[in-house]
Amino acid sequence: MNEIVKVGMADLKVISGHGILTTLGLGSCVGIALYDRTTKVAGLAHIMLPSSKLIKNNQNKAKFADTAVEQLLRIMTSMNAQIKYITAKIAGGAQMFSFRDKTNDLLNIGERNVRATIEALKQHNIPIIAQDTGGNYGRTIELHAETGLLVVRTIGHGTKTL
Amino acid sequence: MEFSFDDLSNLHLDVLKEIGTIGAGNAATSLSKMLNRRIDMNVPEIKISEFSNIESILASADSLVTGVYLQFKGEIKGNALFILDVASAKNLISLLLDAKEEDDISEAEYAKFSELEISALEEVGNILISSYLKAISSLTGLSIKPSVPYFACDMLGAILSVPLIQYGETSDRALFIETEFIIGLDKVKSHFIVMPDIKSYTIILKSLGVV
Repeated sequence: MNEIVKVGMADLKVISGHGILTTLGLGSCVGIALYDRTTKVAGLAHIMLPSSKLIKNNQNKAKFADTAVEQLLRIMTSMNAQIKYITAKIAGGAQMFSFRDKTNDLLNIGERNVRATIEALKQHNIPIIAQDTGGNYGRTIELHAETGLLVVRTIGHGTKTL
Repeated sequence: MEFSFDDLSNLHLDVLKEIGTIGAGNAATSLSKMLNRRIDMNVPEIKISEFSNIESILASADSLVTGVYLQFKGEIKGNALFILDVASAKNLISLLLDAKEEDDISEAEYAKFSELEISALEEVGNILISSYLKAISSLTGLSIKPSVPYFACDMLGAILSVPLIQYGETSDRALFIETEFIIGLDKVKSHFIVMPDIKSYTIILKSLGVV
C-alpha cells in the first residue's frame, strides 16, 4: 500500500520508509524534494517566494525557499536522516503568463524562486542531482519514499521520472 | 496598523459581497450582450482560505483549465482571473466563432487553442473583468486601470499561483470574491475571481464610508 500525502501551496511534509509525497499544479512555485537514500527519509516543500528576508510576514517557513530548506532538513534529521546523505531534486519555477510589460513584478518570479532554491541548497551543501524547471507550463510532482524517484507530470509536455 | 483579513467584520464582508454582486452583474450584462444569450450568475461568495488549502476553493489543483489573467492598478491594485474548464472554453468559443467541436482528441491536443481562439477567450475575459472593475470604480469613485489580458491553459494550481504569489508577501491566506456564470444550458461554467491586494480593501471600504 502506497500512502499518498498531499503537500499544499506554502506547505511542507516529511515521510519515512514508504509512501508518496505529492504536490499538485506547481506553476511559478518550486517543489523541493529532499531524500536520504540510506534511511529512506523523504521531504517535500512547495515554496512560493525566494526569500523570507525583507518580508514582514515570514512565520510560515514553508513559503520561502531559504526557510523551507532549513525546516525540511531540521525535520528530516530529527527522523534520523543524515545531512551528508541527503540529495535534492527540484521542479517548477515556470512562467505561466507571457507578460509583455517588462516592468511587471511577477516577471521571472519562477526563475527567481529556482535561483533562490539552488542558493539555499548550496548553503547547506545539499547536492542537486536532478532538476526540471522553467518553461511556461504547470507540473504535478510525486516523491516516492521507497526509491527517492521524483515523477513530474505535465499537461502536453509529457511525464518525466527524475 | 497593518490591515489583515482578521480585521474584517461581517459588515465589511457584506459590503464586499455587495460590491462583488454589482460588479459581477455588470460583467454578466456585457457578456450577455456580446453573446446575445441569457446569462445566469450566482450570488458572489467571499472566501478566505489558507494557501495550503486553496484547491478546495475551486477544484483539484491539477485539473485542466483555461485562465485569462489581468492585473489592475490605479487607486486600488490587484488581480483578476476568469477561469473556465476546457470543455466550457471550447463551448464558449463555438458560441463566439460559430466553430464546430472536434471529438476524440487526446488531452494534449485538447489543451491546444489556435491564436484566434485564444484572442476570443482573452477578449471575453477582458470585457468581463473590465466591466466588473468599471462598476466598482463608479461605485467607489476610485480610479482603476486594468492591464492587457494574458491567457494560459494549464493546471488550475499553476494558474492560481500567479496571483497568490503576490499575496504571499503579506499573508498566508487569500481573499477571493468569486462568482459563477452559467451561459445557456449549463454548457459554459466559469469562475470569476477578483483579488484586490490587502491595502486596497481598506481603500475600498474607506471610500464607501464603512471603516
